[in-house]
Amino acid sequence: MSQHQLVVQRARRSFQTGKTKPLEFRIHQLKNLLRFISERRRDIADAVKRDLGKSEHGTELFETLVLEGEINLAIEKLAEWAAPRPVEKNLLILTDEVYVQPEPLGVVLIIGAWNYPWAVTLQPLVGVIAAGNAGIIKPSEVSSHSAKVMEELLPLYLDKDLYPVVTGGVSETQELLKLRFDHIFYTGSSAVGKLVMEAAARHLTPVTLELGGKSPCYIDKNCDITVACRRITWGKFVNCGQTCIAPDYILCESSIQSQVVDEIKKSIKEFYTDNPKNVEDYGRIINQRHYKRVIALMEGSTVAVGGDSDESQCYIAPTVLKDVTSESKVMKEEIFGPLLPIITVSGVDEAIQFINEREKPLVVYVFSHDNKLIKRVIAETSSGALLANDCLVHFTVSALPFGGVGNSGMGSYHGQHSFDQLSHMRSCLIKQLKLEGVNSMRYPPHTARKLGWARFLLLKQVNLRRLRRMALLAMFAGLAAFVAQRFLRRR
Amino acid sequence: MSQHQLVVQRARRSFQTGKTKPLEFRIHQLKNLLRFISERRRDIADAVKRDLGKSEHGTELFETLVLEGEINLAIEKLAEWAAPRPVEKNLLILTDEVYVQPEPLGVVLIIGAWNYPWAVTLQPLVGVIAAGNAGIIKPSEVSSHSAKVMEELLPLYLDKDLYPVVTGGVSETQELLKLRFDHVFYTGSSTVGKLVMEAAARHLTPVTLELGGKSPCYIDKNCDIRIACRRITWGKFINCGQTCIAPDYILCEPCIQGRVVECIRQTLLEFYGADPKCSPDYGRIINLRHFNRVMSLMEGYTPVVGGQSDASQRYIAPTVLKDVPPHSRLMQEEIFGPLLPIVTVSDMDDAINFINEREKPLALYIFCSDKKAIKRMIEETTSGGVTVNDVMMHYTLSSLPFGGVGQSGMGRYHGKHSFDQLSHQRACLIRSLGMEGINRARYPPQDRRRARRVRMALKSPLIDMSKRTFVWAVSVSIIAFGLFIALVVILLIAAGLNCTCWYWRGFYN
Repeated sequence: MSQHQLVVQRARRSFQTGKTKPLEFRIHQLKNLLRFISERRRDIADAVKRDLGKSEHGTELFETLVLEGEINLAIEKLAEWAAPRPVEKNLLILTDEVYVQPEPLGVVLIIGAWNYPWAVTLQPLVGVIAAGNAGIIKPSEVSSHSAKVMEELLPLYLDKDLYPVVTGGVSETQELLKLRFDHIFYTGSSAVGKLVMEAAARHLTPVTLELGGKSPCYIDKNCDITVACRRITWGKFVNCGQTCIAPDYILCESSIQSQVVDEIKKSIKEFYTDNPKNVEDYGRIINQRHYKRVIALMEGSTVAVGGDSDESQCYIAPTVLKDVTSESKVMKEEIFGPLLPIITVSGVDEAIQFINEREKPLVVYVFSHDNKLIKRVIAETSSGALLANDCLVHFTVSALPFGGVGNSGMGSYHGQHSFDQLSHMRSCLIKQLKLEGVNSMRYPPHTARKLGWARFLLLKQVNLRRLRRMALLAMFAGLAAFVAQRFLRRR
Repeated sequence: MSQHQLVVQRARRSFQTGKTKPLEFRIHQLKNLLRFISERRRDIADAVKRDLGKSEHGTELFETLVLEGEINLAIEKLAEWAAPRPVEKNLLILTDEVYVQPEPLGVVLIIGAWNYPWAVTLQPLVGVIAAGNAGIIKPSEVSSHSAKVMEELLPLYLDKDLYPVVTGGVSETQELLKLRFDHVFYTGSSTVGKLVMEAAARHLTPVTLELGGKSPCYIDKNCDIRIACRRITWGKFINCGQTCIAPDYILCEPCIQGRVVECIRQTLLEFYGADPKCSPDYGRIINLRHFNRVMSLMEGYTPVVGGQSDASQRYIAPTVLKDVPPHSRLMQEEIFGPLLPIVTVSDMDDAINFINEREKPLALYIFCSDKKAIKRMIEETTSGGVTVNDVMMHYTLSSLPFGGVGQSGMGRYHGKHSFDQLSHQRACLIRSLGMEGINRARYPPQDRRRARRVRMALKSPLIDMSKRTFVWAVSVSIIAFGLFIALVVILLIAAGLNCTCWYWRGFYN
């Protein structure tokens, strides 16, 4: 038996002991995870600095802060999430106990990504632990320093059998995917997403795929372009453009293109000074391969801002490309780098058409003061999410389900959605061995009369709330009548 | 371009016109579907009789009644389901518009099954239509008469482009699965389920798989065995055992096995008479292949009840087998036929172990009067759904999500769950371009002070929409109101009833 098979088997055996069922155990593990993040803040920040050149504050802001929020939310709400959920009854089962019981699935495989190696790998883990599952954590080998730190330090805080960290490259991941899991949570590219789902299909394992795409960003000519561009600049160049929900390209009318370019240039200067290379807050491309890939995308397009690079540091300056067309190289794949192409369109109609001709993205961004326009974009396009007048922040609202649609993914998570996604919602109906007479209508021999009864009991919609309200009203009316009558009599 | 490609392309083009977006359109289609079921009641019942030997009443009870309920529910609730759903806010987005907007996915492929050819093919369609999708309906070719009727008559009621019916066998289905859909809804066996999911994976198409398994049925020795057996007998032998949630096998202690057999025998007499072959309510096996399959499962075992068969009619009598060993063929695959094996276990713990050693089933049935024991059994096992002290009834409540787990399937439907499963829940956050000052904390250059400000904004949920807070708020309001009334009364009394007296005096003068 291979090393991986042993690890998964151990996790499954540990899960089967029922260890993860008590909420106290899960909360204890979640608290340990929280402790890990705060005690090992230094190690995590160092690893991310070496992987992506991100500053310590950047790591806290974009990786650990959200994680801490999720863990705290899970700890606070776990009892509520894990409790049986009542459902609306019908006449037939009026006196029975009926509810939906969330249950753990079993052993979940988490395949992390390299762009936010901590947030994207551990946030699903919060849901895995909260829902009472065991979890095999496979961080991305591309963010190698983070993977190493995770492999060494996480077992010091979490149960070693239930939540082991498994490292390795493509072939190890393929080996792992041959094994059987109860759910697979994958974050990464659409191409690999297909392979993950195909592997999962062989075991009938459900999957959550957080993939990518080209997230369009439409700027209405009548909006506050300064503020819009500042927010877009921030969203684009955080982590050097290596964010799944980064605004991939801009759509705007040609009349405002130069203004947009100027404003972005100003914001870049404001955030990263004239020399972003020397600024702590500006990151680097993850490795040579991606560096070369991104540089190649610039071919054939006009550079309006930035454009310089340094291979030895995997540094690419914040770059804006203008007058880009749909045929340009940069529009053929998700950029995942600090290149911001601007494509001119004649108006919002053309923008909507442009977006709809392409695969459904993870996010659609719209910048406009006109609420009607925003609502129109929502109604006439589809995407994982829609964010108007800002970038990225919907990620931080844990009440919003975070996920893609079509090529950008399936399933969603964050907050309670993580818990629900990684649980099995089991329908429970508890009847009694009495009232057998009611059942006679369903037993053979079948007659028209019996059928009439079945029809009545099954089809009659019972609005319990209205019945209760009417009963209360009737009671009040009776009481009022009684009081009035007593009073009149006295007079 | 093949015939299938044309059909799918036409459906997609029709969907892209935005035709299905208005709720009125969807409700109109749903009402037409309802009309179809009531106007063509005869045709549907005839088709089912030829496919499965089911009586007209049986068809209505087990196929169309549930469908009518689902359609009516969808029509009534559609506006509520399709409306934007509000979410809990945090400090950061306090003044913004935040909600989840359900949206259609696009073109959905429905692959139906043959055991309830109408219910199992059209019930997903209700969800498809309600959620605003287009739907390609592929009924099972095994229930050929129903497939034919569906192909001929459904286009007379529903939009021909948006909801076409495509017929064909295994190779046609494989061809269909090579095409790209926005969701695939499959009902059938686990083996084919894997192939469907593999095909869907190539297009990153999400799937709902309603599969099968061996649904265990545990009878506790201390419960009312007579009633338990009557309910189990009903559930097992309707549609001749060809129900995905039929109790597949019984687990009980050896001391009650004899009584269980007797009760089942008596109930069978009550339901189907001395010769079930002559009863209009007893069905037939769908085809010769399945007839042979089910008969071969019995090989080597002597049934204690039934066992007779007639290949010319594809008739197998309601059959009970006792003391069945766990390793027998009968216990290796889903029976999907009128054979009811009884496997003896030493007690409830033994039964729980037995169930957990096997794949997660679609349903679990427990017959027991002890509430604690019931809760324990539910807690220590898992399955798609559970019905205690009855069989299959969790299927009839549309507010309960219906689906499997593990080998018995993924995804769920019925009622609102159908709508949600076939929609995309799109997160929408609409901010304003004002209040830029607040954002300064997140922009570079970063320092400790800014980080702290962001931390604060992200961490606290301002308004806790939980039930506890609501109850607390309501009770405090009532108490405050009560105190206010009390204060007013006290003041009035203190004022010597002067103000109240003149009111009454005035009233009567």
